Amino acid sequence: MCQVDEDYHDQFEHADPPSVSKKCVKCKEATAAVVIRARDVYCRGCFKEYFIHKFRAMLGKNRIIFPGEKVLLAVSGGPSSCSMLSQVQEGLSQNAHKKLRFLPGIIYIDEGGAVGQSVKDRLRMVAELQAVFKATGFPFHIVPLEQVLDLPSSVVMKAPSPSEQPASAYKAAVDNFIQNDSSSCLTPQEQEETSLPDVQESHTQLLQQLIGSAKTLTAKEDLLNTLRQHLLVHTARTEGYSKLMLGDNCTRVAVKLLTSISLGRGAQLAQDTGFSDFRYDDVIFVRPMRDYSAKEIAYYNHMFKVPSVFIPNLDTKKTDKASIQHLTETFVTKLQTDFPSTVSTIYRTSEKLQTACKSSSTADHSDRCLLCMCALDTAVEDASAFKATLISEQLSGATTTEIPRQNPTPVNTESTAPTGQCCSSETGEDCGRAASGGGSCSSAKAPETTDLKSLLCYSCQLTIKDMSSVDQLPQYILSEAHRRLMRSQMREVISGFLLDDGDEAD
Amino acid sequence: MPVLCSSCGNKRAVLKRPKTGHSLCKECFFWAFEEEVHQTIVSAKLFNHGERVGIAASGGKDSTVLAHLMKLLNERYNYGLELMLLSVDEGITGYRDDSLETVKRNEQQYELPLKIVSYEELYGWTMDAIVKQVGLKNNCTFCGVFRRQALDRGAIILKVDKICTGHNADDVAETVLMNVLRGDIARLRRCTAISTSSEGDGVVPRCKPLKYAYEKEIVLYAYFKKLDYFSTECIYSPNAYRGYARTFLKDLESVRPSSIMDVIHSGENLSVREGVKMPQQGTCNRCGYISSQALCKSCVLLEGLNRGLPRLGIGKHHRLHDKILSQQPLTEKEERKLKAVDF
Repeated sequence: MCQVDEDYHDQFEHADPPSVSKKCVKCKEATAAVVIRARDVYCRGCFKEYFIHKFRAMLGKNRIIFPGEKVLLAVSGGPSSCSMLSQVQEGLSQNAHKKLRFLPGIIYIDEGGAVGQSVKDRLRMVAELQAVFKATGFPFHIVPLEQVLDLPSSVVMKAPSPSEQPASAYKAAVDNFIQNDSSSCLTPQEQEETSLPDVQESHTQLLQQLIGSAKTLTAKEDLLNTLRQHLLVHTARTEGYSKLMLGDNCTRVAVKLLTSISLGRGAQLAQDTGFSDFRYDDVIFVRPMRDYSAKEIAYYNHMFKVPSVFIPNLDTKKTDKASIQHLTETFVTKLQTDFPSTVSTIYRTSEKLQTACKSSSTADHSDRCLLCMCALDTAVEDASAFKATLISEQLSGATTTEIPRQNPTPVNTESTAPTGQCCSSETGEDCGRAASGGGSCSSAKAPETTDLKSLLCYSCQLTIKDMSSVDQLPQYILSEAHRRLMRSQMREVISGFLLDDGDEAD
Repeated sequence: MPVLCSSCGNKRAVLKRPKTGHSLCKECFFWAFEEEVHQTIVSAKLFNHGERVGIAASGGKDSTVLAHLMKLLNERYNYGLELMLLSVDEGITGYRDDSLETVKRNEQQYELPLKIVSYEELYGWTMDAIVKQVGLKNNCTFCGVFRRQALDRGAIILKVDKICTGHNADDVAETVLMNVLRGDIARLRRCTAISTSSEGDGVVPRCKPLKYAYEKEIVLYAYFKKLDYFSTECIYSPNAYRGYARTFLKDLESVRPSSIMDVIHSGENLSVREGVKMPQQGTCNRCGYISSQALCKSCVLLEGLNRGLPRLGIGKHHRLHDKILSQQPLTEKEERKLKAVDF
């Protein structure tokens, strides 16, 4: 069960090194050009066909993107998302065998400000990408991450989810689309010639302060990831896109799955790695590239000259142990070289996990994490890692006199202070906000940190814990946090008069 | 400048808790550590008053600390448990014989009755003999499968209601990672459970009171309490795949100390998609032990050993189960595949 070679032994016994002059396993005529897996060698033509088919099959199988729908492609400039872009282009071209029928647009988020690139470098990269995007003829949006500072709170609020579409609706929509008009081709929109939307230097500084307030690279990366997602969703909404395509490939998904586990995001795994992600209700994230290995994509991009641009990110040129994300990536890549089935095994694990809990659409949005918008996983039973950690914190941090409090004795029946909006000091540390000098926590941290935590999932709490202060968080997050806190306070006040504990819509 | 204990605030701190980063004095650490295990036992309702509980004791740090704590908490909080030690002698010269000496000393120190069951009397094979036939690869499979059953048999001899094992938080987190790497969804779902429900006859429920205790803190506790334990790696497990998961976990812990708990939290909150095929639990046609196949793993392994085909239980050979049950001979080709490979 725990031995190194156990599961691979049989394969190793017969595996002979792939010879150079082998014929393609598909057409058995042409000379093979690429080795995808141990014995799967393909010629150029068959490899292209295989690659293209995989993309269409992925979309066809999942039936999530409807004909005529506006789809935003999130392109980072990396090989995977650029490959995705070229596949969409290929699928929409006139001579495509099974044409794709949606209306694509491109979004690139320029994170240079957060990573600390110079304005000159940022402009150069944007120019490079712009050239790539223009060549596709698709409308594109180049958005600097600084814009995240000006987002409205609606981003982190529950959006009205679109009416549920039954499976049969897909076929009807396709028929309808074909009858109406199939010749309508995308008219490349006129793109204004701005190279980079104006970014005020003060905004860049604010963003850098925000990223800088995270003390660990792990938290920095997590925070950046969250902000990026918010900006993607917001842009999709304002520009009228209902789907967002991410370029995560199989290798990426495997790394992400293991990273998510390491970060305590077990409950959100399926959303983080699945084909579709419904957490933003009206904008659905899809990952059409998750069947391709990084190697396949690299081969394809190389053979068919798909351009990509190298963009440095937070963990570029960092040591292995700089962050959990980076450590995991190194671990998976290294293990993959020793055990070639590592990535696909982890990937298959992700397939077996529950996909987004769509059924929870009735749940009040305050049951969702303020940052990652996933269902909260902190309401767990007493015997759990989460509670055990809290107990440890209490036992070794607090003074011994406070210990008897550890037993969960909900004595909240006591009436609140007459002032109404403030909780009485007796209700304990959950209400640290009552007075900033309340002294309910021993450390001198901003009282908001403890407050904010009640609105976050387990993993996002860890990220916030790694931040020196939450004051730097963008206003849209802080004001939504305030709103939710007020609301739960109100709820507490009127709780005696509510007939059942059921969730009511806001 | 001496650092003061963050809990009592007046004594000098002697250690930094790996789990929370707090600096504590010796007494406060003991107290916090013991209290946490007590909380785990209470909140997960691991035991009932009056039960007979077997402590799986190997003589290593985890089980020694477990035995110490169980005795201490049983008295302090009046659990009303009847405790005893249960050891398995795998028959590994230079390893288990030495560690069993520790267990025998523990028997005296804690005044708990001790029962030792050996592979030799249960299966007719010692690990030394198995390794001679199987080699250093895959021998952990034999040891692990046999131990599981040996513990159950020992528990039945002792007539205990429950067995508690010394699995710590690191072990659990490591297993979560392992099962992800192996794609074993059924085990992934089960491995974070703190106790097994009674699965049938001949299987005694097990629990892990140290599930949320960091390995490092267990060592600290044993060190400061000056507990008598045996610390040597097993001589037969040089290159287990688990090692990769372990190294990775240790690296994670060094980046973010809460990682161990974070991984367990992840494991506890995984939801498996409906319709994913899960193995069905049945019983072994030969020995009656729980098994998802016609024959349980230990019967297959034993059959392989006795027939001189050690690889019979390594990898998947379910199709051969019928043949083994009806005592048919295997074909030459099948036999060749199952002979020990050169090592």
